[in-house]
Amino acid sequence: MRQSFAQSMTDILGEDTRHVLLLGDIGVFGFSKAASNFPGRVLNIGILEQSMVGVGAGLALSGHIPTMHTIAPFVVERAFEQIKIDFGYQDLPGNIVSVGGSVDYAALGCTHHCPGDISLLSTIPGIQILTPGTGHEFSSLLRQTASNDSLTYIRISESSNAISSETTFGRGSLIKTGTRACIVCFGPTRDATMAAAAGLDVSVLYFTSVQPFDFEIVAQNVSSGKILLVEPWYQYSVVGNIIQALPGRPLEILSVGFAKKFRTKYGKASEHLCDAGLDTIGIRKAIVDLIDA
Amino acid sequence: MTPEERMRSLKARILDCASSASEGHVPSALSILDILWVEYAFVMSEQSEKGLAVDRFILSKGHASLGIYAVLEALGIIPTHWLDTFGSFDSPLGGHPDRLKVPGIEASTGSLGHGLPVGVGLALGNRLAGDNSRVVVLIGDGEANEGTTWESAAIATHHELSKLILICDFNHSGDRALSMGSIEQKFRAFGWTTAIIDGHNHEEIYGALTVERQSEPLAIIANTIKGNGIPSMENNPAWHHAFPSRDQLSQLKEELR
Repeated sequence: MRQSFAQSMTDILGEDTRHVLLLGDIGVFGFSKAASNFPGRVLNIGILEQSMVGVGAGLALSGHIPTMHTIAPFVVERAFEQIKIDFGYQDLPGNIVSVGGSVDYAALGCTHHCPGDISLLSTIPGIQILTPGTGHEFSSLLRQTASNDSLTYIRISESSNAISSETTFGRGSLIKTGTRACIVCFGPTRDATMAAAAGLDVSVLYFTSVQPFDFEIVAQNVSSGKILLVEPWYQYSVVGNIIQALPGRPLEILSVGFAKKFRTKYGKASEHLCDAGLDTIGIRKAIVDLIDA
Repeated sequence: MTPEERMRSLKARILDCASSASEGHVPSALSILDILWVEYAFVMSEQSEKGLAVDRFILSKGHASLGIYAVLEALGIIPTHWLDTFGSFDSPLGGHPDRLKVPGIEASTGSLGHGLPVGVGLALGNRLAGDNSRVVVLIGDGEANEGTTWESAAIATHHELSKLILICDFNHSGDRALSMGSIEQKFRAFGWTTAIIDGHNHEEIYGALTVERQSEPLAIIANTIKGNGIPSMENNPAWHHAFPSRDQLSQLKEELR
């Protein structure tokens, strides 16, 4: 997904001179050629995330489209007020591309974990939040949204699904039909979710857009009222979208995701996913528990 | 109208609005009023008349919004009746300025420490676009506590933003918490050209805002008095976010100078 970002962003910089890339001293090598080809429009702005976002807003005020890139906890949590005020409140366009969401930097510890980005950013009116599951999906979503009039957050994940979907911004897709429960999965959890749901009478919906959310596809494909969210971030971050999609319906909603606690162990991301029940075994257990309840 | 009469008129207007709305940071507005008037009524007006690129002005200390509203009204940039509605539910004019509602407002501000980074980005973007406009950002000395001030100062120097001007309204409101000492020396240490002026002297303000420069950004440290022009309000922290009652309004207007 990182390579897809470097390639697609470089292409966009070449096609549209309004685009400016601000790097928080991250990913610099991948954009070294772009920096030579597009002088002044690829800036390693320094390790000052809150000011990087403010500078991005100023670029937007001058008619440019900034893309800001660094590690998720720093660009989202440290710079949250700048994202909210400088972009959200001022209704300015731009893109934030993060790496290191949730526990992608597992061994670096809690300072570098960020399972709260999705729920935190969701509080900003008008923001677009995208969580592609493959490099191809990342490029597609970036191309669909990079030049629109909104602020867009796109999460680069270290893990990718094996197969890409044709991804339409703002739309979900039905990737398995069934009747006893509906499984709603996001971004890089698609493969594990499909493996977990194999042979079970459940439907699976796949999303790469958290905001805007495809309420319609949820309304059309939840028959039993039993819903399992597979969220590669804090549990229940998107539960409000599901409830909003199904007004007045009796629902039984569970979420597999990271519990709201500091994950003080290190290791690999895959170990944390397993520990949180976000691996195939954990997701299958959650599905079986839900349909047997 | 003489300059002195003009300034008294603007101050009276600010007092009336704050009293009527029970809202506004009057002493902060009076602290920067001379700077705002010189920038909008002289520097920007002259640029416009000569067909030059006009400054993009960011009021980073947005709580002093009454000051900029009064100036915009006096220059006919916003309609007169707007200020009569200041702070009310449907008014375009709030306690902090909203760029999407008010002509002449470049950035929506309120949370301190946002204006300078945005100004740096605007200056970078203008240069990329071949736009010769200067970017002028007004902050307070208390606001200079914010780390973004110094992060942005470093970025501006690194990128040689010669068309960026920072004005620091040095009214010492930050002294009670975290005094910054010499803000002028700090900006100089960051590689900026600096100037120290009397922020209530129109000639000094005009001179500092029109000086020719080379590659460095410019920091103008404007020594000011919070509540300037109303003796009982000057440097009196009780008035920071207080609004004159009807009785107080008459008294304060009598004091106006």
